[in-house]
Amino acid sequence: MSHATQDTAVRTGRIARTFIYLVLLLFALFYLLPFFVMLANSLKPLSEITGGNMMALPQDWTIAPWLSAWSTAQIGVEPTGLRPYFLNSILMVVPAVAISTVIGALNGYILTKWRFRGDTVIFGLMLFSCFIPFQIVLIPMARMLGLMGLAGSTPGLVLVHVVYGIGFGTLYFRNYYAAFPTELVRAAQIDGAGFFQIFWRIMLPVSGPIAVVNIIWQFTNIWNDFLFGASFADLDSMPMTVALNNLVNSSTGVKEYNVHFAGAILAALPTLLVYIVAGRYFVRGLMAGSVKG
Amino acid sequence: MGFLDIRNVTKSYGAVEVLHQVDISVQEGEFLVLVGPSGCGKSTLLNMIAGLEGITSGEIAINGRVVNAVHPSKRNIAMVFQSYALYPNMSVAQNMTFGLEMHGVPKPERDKALKDVAALLQIEPLLDRKPGQLSGGQRQRVAMGRALVRDPDVFLFDEPLSNLDAKLRVDMRTEIKKLHEKLKTTVVYVTHDQIEALTLSTRIAVMNGGYVQQLGTPQEVYDDPANVFVASFMGSPSMNLIPARLRLNGQAAVEIADGAGQPVALPLTGTPGGAQDGDALLFGLRPEALTDTEGADRHARNIVTFRNPVDVVEPAGSDTFVTTTLGGKDAISRMRADTRLTPGQTCDFAVNMDKAVLFDPRTEQRLRLT
Amino acid sequence: MTDLRTRFQDWLPRLVLSPSLAAVLVFVYGFIAFTLYLSFTDSRMLPSYDWVGLENYSKLWGLRHWHTAIANLGIFALLYITICTAIGLTLAIFLDQKIRGEGLLRPIYLYPMALSFIVTGTAWKWFLDPGIGLEHTMHLWGWESFEFGWIKDRDMAIYTVVIAAVWQSSGFVMAMFLAGLRGIDNEILKAAQIDGASNWNLYRRIVIPLLRPAFLSAFVILSHLAVKSYDLVIALTGGGPGRATELPATFMYSYTFTRNSMGIGAASAVIMLMTIAAIMTPYLYAELKDKG
Ligand SMILES: Nc1ncnc2c1ncn2[C@@H]1O[C@H](COP(=O)(O)OP(=O)(O)OP(=O)(O)O)[C@@H](O)[C@H]1O
Ligand SMILES: [Mg+2]
Repeated sequence: MSHATQDTAVRTGRIARTFIYLVLLLFALFYLLPFFVMLANSLKPLSEITGGNMMALPQDWTIAPWLSAWSTAQIGVEPTGLRPYFLNSILMVVPAVAISTVIGALNGYILTKWRFRGDTVIFGLMLFSCFIPFQIVLIPMARMLGLMGLAGSTPGLVLVHVVYGIGFGTLYFRNYYAAFPTELVRAAQIDGAGFFQIFWRIMLPVSGPIAVVNIIWQFTNIWNDFLFGASFADLDSMPMTVALNNLVNSSTGVKEYNVHFAGAILAALPTLLVYIVAGRYFVRGLMAGSVKG
Repeated sequence: MGFLDIRNVTKSYGAVEVLHQVDISVQEGEFLVLVGPSGCGKSTLLNMIAGLEGITSGEIAINGRVVNAVHPSKRNIAMVFQSYALYPNMSVAQNMTFGLEMHGVPKPERDKALKDVAALLQIEPLLDRKPGQLSGGQRQRVAMGRALVRDPDVFLFDEPLSNLDAKLRVDMRTEIKKLHEKLKTTVVYVTHDQIEALTLSTRIAVMNGGYVQQLGTPQEVYDDPANVFVASFMGSPSMNLIPARLRLNGQAAVEIADGAGQPVALPLTGTPGGAQDGDALLFGLRPEALTDTEGADRHARNIVTFRNPVDVVEPAGSDTFVTTTLGGKDAISRMRADTRLTPGQTCDFAVNMDKAVLFDPRTEQRLRLT
Repeated sequence: MTDLRTRFQDWLPRLVLSPSLAAVLVFVYGFIAFTLYLSFTDSRMLPSYDWVGLENYSKLWGLRHWHTAIANLGIFALLYITICTAIGLTLAIFLDQKIRGEGLLRPIYLYPMALSFIVTGTAWKWFLDPGIGLEHTMHLWGWESFEFGWIKDRDMAIYTVVIAAVWQSSGFVMAMFLAGLRGIDNEILKAAQIDGASNWNLYRRIVIPLLRPAFLSAFVILSHLAVKSYDLVIALTGGGPGRATELPATFMYSYTFTRNSMGIGAASAVIMLMTIAAIMTPYLYAELKDKG
């Protein structure tokens, strides 16, 4: 998956190149437009949206929709804004990502450097679990969370995300560690280092790149999750995506589009930020999702 | 009983046995080389000595202690890997002392050992660098240094020179030899390079297909190969193996076809036990035992000469290799560099029958002369 | 014989792996088994353990909603996969022509992938709304006859889901193909040019066949995303108008949790799983076999 800087040796004529640039720019427009529209309209008063042109920049710039989305908009029955739910998401994402990264790293380490009979089958089971439609686990999971006393709580959601994050975490670290020379582990064994010492002293110090990939992947996935949030959270633990959906689809009152857009951008902000800061790793994570390591 | 004993050791992966009944006893201070083609099980055997692979059956003892169930770090061995296996995140000094640290050796002692070994290998200026900042030869030295600081009972090397370029490989080979002569530690060294095996070892185990084919000094393995495999694997260019027939009327002799297809009789220095007149043989002759008449070994007692056409002449610097046809196959002769032969010429070839060896073409085993 | 520490070290890896394995076995495979079991029971609001055999499945296939959902999934998956692949491949090939500004264009194509489907749905729901979105804008710009009301149209609404989903995922497919293109040995291309291949033939006969693995990966990823699609529909159309954009995922959710037909919901989930398994299993098997 190297982004080698080599380009193709293909030569193209002038007209062809103009056409290519045209197509590329049109698509750039296609991808940018919805976001631009959202952003522009989140800064307009409502009257300007319903009466005006969505492509136009605001005439009357205002950040009121943002403030409303953040702290006063009606979510469900309470006028709390998205703030508490943003915090819920943070409280859910941070531990879930941390735990599943540690688990993924340990599993990858074991499955490549401490291989045993049947390890490929175990990995296969974990890998397949990445791709199941989560509808198949919704009913028993709801019961299980109830039995464990975690129903409707943030720790419950953390558990769910950790469990269903095992597969991808293991996949990333396994593929990464597979390329890491096993001789190093053997040398460390002869040097007298044990299982955890090798992990801490030899493997972890070189795991930076893949840890970043895994963290970004898990962060994006968990932050953006809707299904588990909608199924297992209650009002006090509802994550951002669910709250946003409630805000946008609440049937009462006037539809405050500008507030909806501000809310949507707020919900997108953390993952967009991650994407802007570490886009390279983000792509790598996505690609590793296609299994080829 | 030796210092390192490998007793009837076998190794299986599932149903596949990759090492069969290996039995080697190594004396203290010996330099044993395991040599053989890729996949013959050299690394597997070495890893079993190190404790990195389990032993399916048999026993390995180091310094009188059976170590089958002993953890690698407690066998008092050190290993140098083909890829050097330097920890990329640690400096050279940390790499070298990691093992001591893991064994709970106090810092002052570690530093002392590090200083001594660094001086011995002349790598003091490198101690603060990371492995990524070292050249191949320097990494090689550090890897050896890491093994040396442990002051182990046995050194294990797995193809330590195969990642180096040709020139450096020769230099490091000499250096390892010097080091062994100085330290006199027991060494087991894996390589697939037969020249490395011949130059470094005090004894060689030639392996193929999971069997030890022959165990002996370099001289024995080279001059007195046990079978066709050893004969053709050791030596470069490899031994000529010429189809021949045994003649027992009068003096025992082998009869081979010369370039024109005419029979030539080469008298033997003895008779192969149990063989009959007319039996098919493989007649083994090292290139240096097939020369022009001036180049023949003056101390040899049985030299036979005959004329044969020259097919190919290949100058190789210090020697010139001349190909001729014997028994319907190419045979290589080693001649002096200044030979004036050209292809198509005929030349007097001298065969040193002292060095000739015979094999049974069916079993490929050696036929000894009595 | 073996000293304790050594024996412990031998077992430690398996010990450390076991919680993960147990979690996967229970929370994935155990739960699959449980759902499978429920699909054979008369569970309604709560799980019940009364065996009814295949009744839920026959009921399911008798439901008009389920037929809508399956038909929608067929349309959606087919268009989503084809269009994403076409756009992704085109953009990748075009971007691979020593384009100035590639570094700027690539992230623009790709960023939608970082968004939640809920955000994407919110944006497109409004963008496609005839009253205030694209249609309205065109009218304001003087194109009075412009009409684009698919999102309110029972027959066309599913295509708006396709548009939004393509918007979100096609950049990612582009990245996969681009990586594939960059992985092709330049010398092969040079050789083909020396052989006199036109650009068109170069791509058709040499480059695209070499991208086979990328096609396969893209297909597998997109098809499993299609079957799992849930959030986007919820945010974009809420399954409507009416139930016109129902997909199996939304069907399962509403039957299980709002219509109190857990048995039927479970049966629909099982069918979703089997669809994905039919696509993923051969692919994963081949991957694992390569890697040993
Ligand atoms: N984990 C394993 N499972 C099954 N077979 C194995 C395993 N490891 C090694 N083998 C087999 O054992 C045989 C010996 O392997 P080994 O690595 O010892 O060869 P080698 O002599 O060191 O070769 P090389 O010169 O290529 O390093 C080979 O045929 C190899 O395929
Ligand atoms: Mg080897």
